[in-house]
Amino acid sequence: MLSSAILIPAVLNGLLIGAIYALVALGLTLIYGVLHIINFAHGALLSAALFAAFFSFRLLGLDPYVAVFLLAPMFFVIGYTLQRFIIGPASHGDDRNMLLVTLGIAVVVENALLYAFRADTRTIDVPYAFQTIDVGWTFLAIPRMVGFVAAFAVALTLWLLMTFTDVGRAIRAVAKEKLGAELAGIDVGHIYAVTFGLGTACVAIAACLLIPTYYVNPHVGDAFVLVAFTIVVLGGMGSVPGALIGALLVGVVESLSGLFLGESLGQIGIFLIFIAVLLVRPSGLFGARA
Amino acid sequence: MKSLIPIAVVLAILAAVPFVVHSNVMLNFLVVALMIALAGQGWNILGGYGGQYSFGHAVFFGTGAYVTAILQMRYGINAWVGFAAGVAAAAALGAALGALTFRSGLRGSYFALVTLAFAEVLRIIASVAPITGAGVGTLIKLDLGIRTFQFQSRAAFYWVILALVGVSLVTAQLIERSRFGVWLVAVRENEDAAKALGVDANKVKLAAMVISAAITAAAGCFYAQYFLFVDSGIAYGTWISVQALLTPIIGGVGTVFGPLLGALIVKSLGEGAKLVAGDAPGLDLIIYGAVLVLVIWFAPRGLIGGLAHARRLLTRHDVPATPSTQEARRG
Amino acid sequence: MPNQKNSLSRRQVLATTAVGVAAAASGSIAMPSVLRAQGAPVKLGVLHPVTGALSYSGQQGRLGTTMAIEEINAAGGIKGLGKIDAVLGDAQSTPDGGTAEVEKMNSANVVCVVGGYASNICLATTQAAARYELPYVVDVGVADGIVTRGLKNTFRFGPGFGVISKTALTNLAAINDQAGKPAKTVMIVHEDTLFGSGLAKLLNAQLPQQGFEILETIPHPTPTRDFNNVVLKIKAQNPDLVIPANYYNEYVLLARTMQQQQVKTKGIYSVLGGAASSYKFVKEFPEAARYIMDCNHWFDPRNEKALALKKKIEAKDQFYTYEVYMNYSCVYLIADALERAGAADRAKLTDALASSTFSGHLMPYGSTKFVNGQNEGAAPVNTQVLDNDIKVVLPATFANAKPVFPRPA
Repeated sequence: MLSSAILIPAVLNGLLIGAIYALVALGLTLIYGVLHIINFAHGALLSAALFAAFFSFRLLGLDPYVAVFLLAPMFFVIGYTLQRFIIGPASHGDDRNMLLVTLGIAVVVENALLYAFRADTRTIDVPYAFQTIDVGWTFLAIPRMVGFVAAFAVALTLWLLMTFTDVGRAIRAVAKEKLGAELAGIDVGHIYAVTFGLGTACVAIAACLLIPTYYVNPHVGDAFVLVAFTIVVLGGMGSVPGALIGALLVGVVESLSGLFLGESLGQIGIFLIFIAVLLVRPSGLFGARA
Repeated sequence: MKSLIPIAVVLAILAAVPFVVHSNVMLNFLVVALMIALAGQGWNILGGYGGQYSFGHAVFFGTGAYVTAILQMRYGINAWVGFAAGVAAAAALGAALGALTFRSGLRGSYFALVTLAFAEVLRIIASVAPITGAGVGTLIKLDLGIRTFQFQSRAAFYWVILALVGVSLVTAQLIERSRFGVWLVAVRENEDAAKALGVDANKVKLAAMVISAAITAAAGCFYAQYFLFVDSGIAYGTWISVQALLTPIIGGVGTVFGPLLGALIVKSLGEGAKLVAGDAPGLDLIIYGAVLVLVIWFAPRGLIGGLAHARRLLTRHDVPATPSTQEARRG
Repeated sequence: MPNQKNSLSRRQVLATTAVGVAAAASGSIAMPSVLRAQGAPVKLGVLHPVTGALSYSGQQGRLGTTMAIEEINAAGGIKGLGKIDAVLGDAQSTPDGGTAEVEKMNSANVVCVVGGYASNICLATTQAAARYELPYVVDVGVADGIVTRGLKNTFRFGPGFGVISKTALTNLAAINDQAGKPAKTVMIVHEDTLFGSGLAKLLNAQLPQQGFEILETIPHPTPTRDFNNVVLKIKAQNPDLVIPANYYNEYVLLARTMQQQQVKTKGIYSVLGGAASSYKFVKEFPEAARYIMDCNHWFDPRNEKALALKKKIEAKDQFYTYEVYMNYSCVYLIADALERAGAADRAKLTDALASSTFSGHLMPYGSTKFVNGQNEGAAPVNTQVLDNDIKVVLPATFANAKPVFPRPA
């Protein structure tokens, strides 16, 4: 079990799956960092994005790597609208209400998908889905490699956005000190909505990168939600680099503990690391001190 | 003692229900709603009064359920003793978890997610550990009788869960009226200020966690006796964690009757949605989710808060509520 | 402040009791919809998890049931009793959801309930039905516990774990022997809930007795997001045979990952494999599906009615899955028993089911015979994916192809 022939591929696999987790977690950490809510609807939105990617392929013939340029903006708009016109007004600015509202939305979205599309598992078959690169120890799936690169690209883009653009500065201002930002003339409702939109766009990107090697059904997003929440808190809520690094770490931990403890018990590794980190650093790896 | 009168009234009326209502459909509905209310009341002690939102209350529910099931099936222990043991085990677990997390200074969403992580850890362990039956779960042998805590009549179960809910209501009321309650609310409103005023915040939160754990565990033990089957998804799954926090928030956090009201509303909503939606899979849940959002939209302080707000609007519309009085009434 | 609290308490009291009592008194609990209430004395409860994690299987189960009911009604209903009213219920993929539906069905005066699908749901629902001596026919649920509790009302038409694993092993040994015993080492990959764990336990006990060596037993959760590590272990230990026991999605992911990692064993022999005997899998992943063997629920391939139903289902653009034909058969079983009972009476129906010798079903079970609620004739069969189709390879009486083992290079 400790031979490099198994360890190295396990770590590589962990990094690759971690990249997918990163894409899901990046959106969530933004939303948390600014709106201070755990977005319960994230998983359902991932399922919806996967359906969108599926239909883009089936009905429009768009390869997922092309569809992402269509779906990311589309889901940005969806996220913006959701926050601006439903979540924001419904929660009256109260965190706990936002929690319940996103919970309600999750139930609605998931069951709307079930009602509209039934529960059949759907997959797409793209020519590169089974192509691999032989790195000696193992075969690395091409779609996963693309996902890995994409995670870094998206993280970098988000970081650049946050640091150098006006919108990014406004977002950071609102995240840090909402009242002050308001007084400085920033439209907080709009910024909230932009943030939610960005988070949802990330989910759409994650979906497009996931679909070549995974499947689609109304409940599929649920499998990623807990891990994503864990990563967000582990990395420090609101931290983009935290989400990326946290995700890669979680991926590797999951992979290695799966190797040593079996896939079922191994899942515990993610949560144990999470608990351990939080007990030592209560605001996460890269989080601002509370 | 006077403060216990409303509780006594509510309990008396609810206790009379099985004499009027003979439909087992209705009784089953109420039993499940009361069980959820009990779990929610447990959550409410820690989350509503204490302000420490837990996303993993399944940890206590599941421990109660498994302990009582395992003690009966593997060690032949009496069901009632098992019930008590389940509650005690969860209380101990609550003390341990509380000590661990509060001492590290975990608060807010970090605390919430750590509780979720604990629930997941237990769920995973329960799904592979031989003692719980692993994936197969634990089946409690069907053996009707008072000794085995299995009743032929649903009404009997109803009265048992009602009694348990009654205890939880009294507990909440006593806490509300005690110094402990004042400290707890102080910690909720502003932990640092409370500490500065000399409140031992960690001890207070810990005590709340233990009480909270015991109450929610009772709901778990009851589940085991009512459905006679426990597996890791049932015991430690997110479904019960969500129900435990949903019902107090809907009904009114930090109030005595909030979880009870919330549970009745939420379950009725589920049924009502089915009535409207018919058989198409998923449609009733779409309605349920949408109404949930609407309820929050228009009754953001939970129904209790909403009713109070409505009353204020109707009777004192000539005196506009100032921000400070609104703040005072919140929660 | 104290005054305010008291008044709030009164409000709470009013609100709480109002909602509770109103709900109780009005009985406005959603009653299950009843299709066509006129002149239809036979009400049949149709219970499946059509929402939640098991929704696909639940919907397929409901499809099979309603198809059978429609056919029976189109032919004039049950002789002497009239048409069947399907009282549909959604178990919501949870035991408590299922129990609530059974209560409603009982109140709606159904004469019998069919379905449940998942073992944990069936355990709760059969028990709830037992309170009212309401006969309950389990469609799939394989846990042995379902029929070993001494419940007189519970009937399981299909096979349980014990029979399935025994058949799987006997057949595996037979196939292996026939091919000259090329397979010695085995790895089991199973999902970690009731069905997978239960099976793995039995396999672990019985495989060595048949001369096989188990290299490793790998449990995994449902859902599992990634099988690369599992495949890594398979590759490293190079077993002759991989035995998967899991649901559709995980099975597909496992098979695809094995294909991706170019892992080729002498064969994949699944037991209750989620995708192994699935037309959907064969259609969508012909390459990964080829030569896969399965010991699973399957219809009798020589049965004309089974083939006719297959055409009907496929014409509806659905896949012909085991939930469909098992539920279909259960309904016909119940209809036959009702006819013999001569009345839509629960006690009479229970007796009629207990003494049933029904053979007009679609399954390779022969004549029905219930002993303690379990149909003794029920057994799985062995299938293999050959020529882009699923063929039955064992037992010989039902086979329409010979097994190909080991897997050609």
